[in-house]
Amino acid sequence: MEYTAHITISLKKGMLDPEANAIGHALSNLGFEIGSLSTARQFTISFPADSHEKAEELADQMCQRLLANPVIHHSTIEVTP
Amino acid sequence: MRFAVIAFGGSNCDYDTQKVLTEVIGVECDRVWYKDGLSRSYDAIILPGGFSYGDYLRAGAIAARTPIMNQIRDHAIRGGLVLGICNGAQILAESGLIRGVFTRNAYPKFICRQAHLRVETAQTPFTNRFKLHEVISVPIAHAEGRYVPSEGDEVTAGFRFCDEKGVLTTESNPNGSWESITGVFGGPNLNVLAMMPHPERASEMILGSSDGKRIFDSMAHYIQVSAN
Repeated sequence: MEYTAHITISLKKGMLDPEANAIGHALSNLGFEIGSLSTARQFTISFPADSHEKAEELADQMCQRLLANPVIHHSTIEVTP
Repeated sequence: MRFAVIAFGGSNCDYDTQKVLTEVIGVECDRVWYKDGLSRSYDAIILPGGFSYGDYLRAGAIAARTPIMNQIRDHAIRGGLVLGICNGAQILAESGLIRGVFTRNAYPKFICRQAHLRVETAQTPFTNRFKLHEVISVPIAHAEGRYVPSEGDEVTAGFRFCDEKGVLTTESNPNGSWESITGVFGGPNLNVLAMMPHPERASEMILGSSDGKRIFDSMAHYIQVSAN
């Protein structure tokens, strides 16, 4: 069966996010009042798997082996049929 | 004595590095296309600078997962020398051959300029031609060079950014690296070095500095001494 994984990779709490700082600064220049801003990256991946559990396991492996770097990243995975 | 420079899709300092090794240092050096793999053993392997795979995902992330990296990992585990320069350093970090990562500069722009470095560990395969805490001048050119260590890890630094007198200051740390570190050792005998500055661009006085040449000289010296 085909499953779709929505994988979000974000920086761990406390990690410096230079891109977010630059974007926040630009929003302030446009007159918005910005409290805090963080960035994240989302991957939407469709792939075959035998079960929902297996699909989650495969998505987790994709994160660990390539998509995220555990030194700086935190990831969340949501799998839908 | 034979070196290899590995070229990935998007490497762009491979020929410069090979030229320095063959014409300035005077050692044999093959340029090896990553898909061809290593067809013989080498005394030292260099991962050159560039933008492998367009820095997609994270700088070095995709090159780090190519099959040739398994051969390079085996070479490093056996004590063979591996030097990663700039994008090569990012590849070494992404492949786990050194701990930590080189990520987006604290101020997120590409920085290309000469930098002062302080030699932090002198008795290594890469730094035996330097004095401890000597200040050298080598250029940097990167947007993702800020070193972040793995939590709880001990880091053996090769080089730190400093001012011209060797003092570590906020101003002399151009990318916001942790503890100003821009060269990190790995491997069982400090036989792996990942550094963001470009020694091949500082190997002839016509380029303004030949301090970087001594890194390659150190490698050649170490290989020669080990062979005897």
